[in-house]
Amino acid sequence: MSQPGMLAAVCELIRRDILLAMRRRSDVMTTVLFFVMVASLFPLGIGPEPAVLRMIAPGVLWVGALLSCLLSLGRLFTADYADGVLEQMLLIPQPLSVLVIGKVTAHWLISGLPVVLLSPLLGLQFGLNAEALGVLTLSLLLGTPTLSFIGAIGAALTLGVRGSNVLIALLVLPLFIPVLIFGAGAVTSSASGIGAGAHLSLLGAGLFIALALSPWATAASLRIALE
Amino acid sequence: MMDRLHINWFKYSSPQAFYPLAGHLLPWFAAAATLLIGVGLYLGFFVAPTDFQQGQSYRIIFVHVPAAWMSMFLYVMMAMWAGFGLGLNARLSFMMAQAIAPTGALFTFIALVTGAMWGKPTWGAWWVWDARLTSELILLFLYGGVMLLRASIDDLRRADRASAVFALVGVVNVPIIYFSVRWWNTLHQGASVSMTAAPKMAATMLTAMLIMTLGFWLYSTAVTLGRMRCVILERERRSAWGVHQAHRDVLEVH
Repeated sequence: MSQPGMLAAVCELIRRDILLAMRRRSDVMTTVLFFVMVASLFPLGIGPEPAVLRMIAPGVLWVGALLSCLLSLGRLFTADYADGVLEQMLLIPQPLSVLVIGKVTAHWLISGLPVVLLSPLLGLQFGLNAEALGVLTLSLLLGTPTLSFIGAIGAALTLGVRGSNVLIALLVLPLFIPVLIFGAGAVTSSASGIGAGAHLSLLGAGLFIALALSPWATAASLRIALE
Repeated sequence: MMDRLHINWFKYSSPQAFYPLAGHLLPWFAAAATLLIGVGLYLGFFVAPTDFQQGQSYRIIFVHVPAAWMSMFLYVMMAMWAGFGLGLNARLSFMMAQAIAPTGALFTFIALVTGAMWGKPTWGAWWVWDARLTSELILLFLYGGVMLLRASIDDLRRADRASAVFALVGVVNVPIIYFSVRWWNTLHQGASVSMTAAPKMAATMLTAMLIMTLGFWLYSTAVTLGRMRCVILERERRSAWGVHQAHRDVLEVH
């Protein structure tokens, strides 16, 4: 029997996770609805002044994306941990860190991508113009995968730990801060006429750093959790 | 030649050997720390000249800057010991990381509080979302994360290793945080007062600050050694020598 390649294994893992998510669509919807509701709370709390809303929109939408990512992180490994799939993943010949890339990609497709696709709509509610909406979506497209990659480390570290839902927030949120700053900063600086190029480049650089380092740290954390 | 230089570096990597060594070193570090902090404070508060612009209020620099330096230095040290622990599978290294964390968090807290006390008279605000302040606050969160993660895992081996991984992840992030917030702030042209923009420092000021830093370093070492002894006793409470040591050092005192 021939061994499937690494890429095939990753693709299969992504396919499986998306299939599982589609069988339980309510989980996906919870994250997306949460994002919409958090974003809608701010105009209600702060008041409907258009100038103020336009100013706070990038930060609010980015914080909303960050929190909804956090909400779904708890599910990243727990089901596989509970039913023993994770232990099988440790045993198969493909390196665990590569499999982690598959898990994180699936997580982003399930919980990150819907947020990115919804963000222009919510941006409209805050009165952002077309250019700002474009930059916002692009910054979220570059930034949310980074959030998933960083979050995976926290999810693996807190696997099966008591109070893990709160703990994961405390571990991961400080690490999210640079992404938040560059993401929200991209929109703000494009609105002020400086251009979003520098911020978007840094977001892209952050994504590649996270892609290179996070699977490695996540795999190490999973091994620690399972030994 | 090589034979003569052969030193058993790993002798003190066993808790049983390290425990008495820490006990012997502790009073010396504590005494030196007291002396240097005393001298540093005297120089800073009484000898150093009054600042031309800020008057007396600048004198908190002699606590603030050394504390901020120590907070970052101790984080790197903690991550280094955590890395040794993971790489060499050495129990004592994990204990070292565990013992450093609270002192690092304390200095981060001191740096933030003294910064606020200094900020009020000079900037007119307790808190500004400036690069330095924000990165220091994140450092406090990272220390908190390391300690909380350790505290919430009951299995000691897993607690050691998980918090070590998190400490190492955090150290990768520290320079990123530091620079990112600085770029962000320059773009925003926020109200930022940085050390580099300060006027040239008088020689006595610099001396006092360096003495204070050395004093804080000695203090951190003394406290870490003391905490190491507690951690070792707590972890070795079931071993024969641990019980014996606890009876000798802890129970008989009371």
